[in-house]
Amino acid sequence: MATVGISACGGYIPYLRLDRGVVAQIWGRHSIGGERSVANNDEDSITMAVEASRNCLGGQAPEQVDGLLFATTTPPYKEKMNASLIAAAADLRREITTADFAHSLRSGTAALKAAFDSVKSGSMGNALVVASDSRIGYPRSDQEQAFGDGAGAIMVSSENLLATLEGGYSICNEMMDVWRNPEDTFVRTWESRFILGEGYASHMKEAVSGLLKKYGLGPKEISKAILPAPDSRSHKALTKQLGFDIKTQVQDPLLSNVGHCGAAHPLLMLVDALEEASPGDMLLLANYADGADAMLFKVTDEIETKKNQRRVKDYIKEKALLPSYARFLSYKGLVETAPGEPFRLMPSATVSWRDRKTILRCHGSRCNACGKTTFPIQRVCYHCHAKDNFDEVPISHLKGEVFTFTLDNLAGRSDDPVVVQTIADLGEDKIRFYGMMTDCDPSEVRLGMPVSLTFRRIYDGAGMHNYFWKFRPVRNGRSE
Amino acid sequence: MMGSIKDQVAIVGMGCSKFGERWEKGPEDLAIEAAYEAFEDAGISKDDLEGCWFSQVMAPVIGVSGTVAVDSLKLGNIPVIRNENWCASGHIALLEACMAVASGAYDLVMALGVEKLKDTGFPGLGTGRGMHPVYEARRTSPGSFGLIAQRYFKTYGLTVEEGREALAKIEVKNHDNGSLCPKAHFHNKITVEQVLNAPIIAWPLGLFDCCGNSDGAACAIVTTAEKAKNFRKDPIFLKGFGISTDAMIPHFRPEFGWTSFDALVTSSHKAYEMAGIKDPRKELDLAEVHDCFSITELLIYEDFGFSPRGKAREDIDAGFFTREGGLPVNIDGGLKCFGHPIGASGLRMTYEVYKQLQGKADLPERQIKNPRLGLAHTFGGPPQISAVAIFGNEKG
Repeated sequence: MATVGISACGGYIPYLRLDRGVVAQIWGRHSIGGERSVANNDEDSITMAVEASRNCLGGQAPEQVDGLLFATTTPPYKEKMNASLIAAAADLRREITTADFAHSLRSGTAALKAAFDSVKSGSMGNALVVASDSRIGYPRSDQEQAFGDGAGAIMVSSENLLATLEGGYSICNEMMDVWRNPEDTFVRTWESRFILGEGYASHMKEAVSGLLKKYGLGPKEISKAILPAPDSRSHKALTKQLGFDIKTQVQDPLLSNVGHCGAAHPLLMLVDALEEASPGDMLLLANYADGADAMLFKVTDEIETKKNQRRVKDYIKEKALLPSYARFLSYKGLVETAPGEPFRLMPSATVSWRDRKTILRCHGSRCNACGKTTFPIQRVCYHCHAKDNFDEVPISHLKGEVFTFTLDNLAGRSDDPVVVQTIADLGEDKIRFYGMMTDCDPSEVRLGMPVSLTFRRIYDGAGMHNYFWKFRPVRNGRSE
Repeated sequence: MMGSIKDQVAIVGMGCSKFGERWEKGPEDLAIEAAYEAFEDAGISKDDLEGCWFSQVMAPVIGVSGTVAVDSLKLGNIPVIRNENWCASGHIALLEACMAVASGAYDLVMALGVEKLKDTGFPGLGTGRGMHPVYEARRTSPGSFGLIAQRYFKTYGLTVEEGREALAKIEVKNHDNGSLCPKAHFHNKITVEQVLNAPIIAWPLGLFDCCGNSDGAACAIVTTAEKAKNFRKDPIFLKGFGISTDAMIPHFRPEFGWTSFDALVTSSHKAYEMAGIKDPRKELDLAEVHDCFSITELLIYEDFGFSPRGKAREDIDAGFFTREGGLPVNIDGGLKCFGHPIGASGLRMTYEVYKQLQGKADLPERQIKNPRLGLAHTFGGPPQISAVAIFGNEKG
């Protein structure tokens, strides 16, 4: 059997956080401590998946990717493939396999297993698995504080591996413990003692013990146990019962400062673990939902040569606190906001499809006659007027500098009223781009400020979501 | 090489409705108000007209043609041709009417601009007004012009405070002028402090840096220069014009500097050339220019050659563009204070130039002494298109 494993990885945590103390104070109850990540009002599971995918791709040529498997329980589209949109924004080839994995917090690890099997069988050379989620807990519930938003991406390959897949073990169990009905906004749960004891703890133990037994290993031989958990207490109890030393053998569950990111959480924790791993480390990943998946990885020497530009720990550091609980509710769509000035132009499925190379793939045109690059794609060159003589060039990875901007109070929604209209020049060729700036405090925007591009949801209209690229500040010189 | 129609065409009658929030009047009422004043001024009946060039930008639905003009005025089986070129629509409708007369195809035509902005339900010109549902989804007018201001300040080494103060003085002037105009939307005088402390619309532009969003209509009756004296003893002649559209919208235009627009430079120079003007700063007696935002008026001073590059602030400080200054600009209050019903604005500016050149300003205290040449100008779009017309009260 061919060796398969992980050749690249990348995480994504939104820039915004909500202090759990703010939520606790509003509801007159105790905070579970720390803060949770919150997707911005222009982010959703698709845009976060694009961020993680691009982070994972890093310097790798997207042409080498043969498939994109997307996992979530919060798809922006219930019918219509989400993976195909993510693949386009990540600028992958068209001749690839795309699939959505959904409906379960195990969809992330299910997608991962499908990718390992596909690469092992030879049906794909490199499979990009990306999981992204932004679930909502009932107001005042524990989940409201405990959940976070985020994404994780893993490139499954048979060459240049950072870690090899040593084996896996899965069990399935039917249980009504955590669920959402089709019409539900919020996550439902049964009594916590039942679901944590008979559901989570029992099946995680069974899967981890089963995996260790299958491969003749003891807990001491595991370098890091990656154990996503619904809460810190369950996480601690489980690691103790499994015989792992909490100080040295257990991967940060990312609960205190990010929150549980649903189907994305096992992948996000795996990315974090890989970013901190050393050659020879044995990583054990186990993930629960209606049963459990466990996987065992061995870290290779490659881990020393391939460092992610933006690590999970960098994302955790770069943040801004949401100023209020009200803002959290409106960003989650739970209270209605005045939408700002009405849109004159409704999205058109035809226009979005026809212009997909500029809108989704973010391609400009480089003139073959004079060499200048322009965005959007221009059939007649602005500089030398050559007609239909250009190459398409990807520009979404380029950094730029703000050439001019304005803080527009007319166009924004009532809970986020200032639109930072921005003109910037990207890359050495100074490709002119116009867009809005996101993930920023408008008062920090300056001429000459470094920016990069990020894929965001622009607005909804005509029953569809409109996605496009926005600027965001490059902070601490770190951005992909 | 562009030809010339200097002194071939004349305006022999004009009308302008009261501008402002005309809640009780529809577009048809505004058309009647402006057109009948023009008919009376020219001493004609609507049935004497051979064609109508109609300007209206905001339409409730796609495809409205010249219905507003025809249905209100009951024009009798003549061509009614609608023009939509953003804020330059009124001027371009007028210039098309002039070219139609110069061609010899028509002897007596009208240009009519009507806009009913206050029926739209929003206070600005709206958001997402570009041509593409994605690239320009949240583009607004103040936003686009705010982009100019930041860049102008930076290029010419002004602090934001110095830049905003220079812009504020333009609006103090325009309000001072508009306060004397009975038909203007606003009549209040303002101070620099008021402008600087007003709510921000699109930083660094505040409320008073932005023009009035108004209802209004204006109308011109155009005939050949030869026949003009048959209608009145003081016709106003078209001396020159220029229309120019930039090659690509400024937002995505590579290397665009945001401190000068080719369309402004080209359109004004074409007009000067046809009118035989060498030094507009000295030769023009008044100018009505497109002050949709304070920064636009400042940019125009330089692109039109009224002020040297980067020196507009010195002229503003010296009061050069006030009613008593060397070149009065926007002496009716401009778009800022008279109001900006988009499709009517070019014709409203022409109305002011026409009346001033005839020595018939509505109030004697705002009549300029012995003017000979006046310029009217509009600048439209993201912005992208500029139209300039120069008029004189004597042939030759």
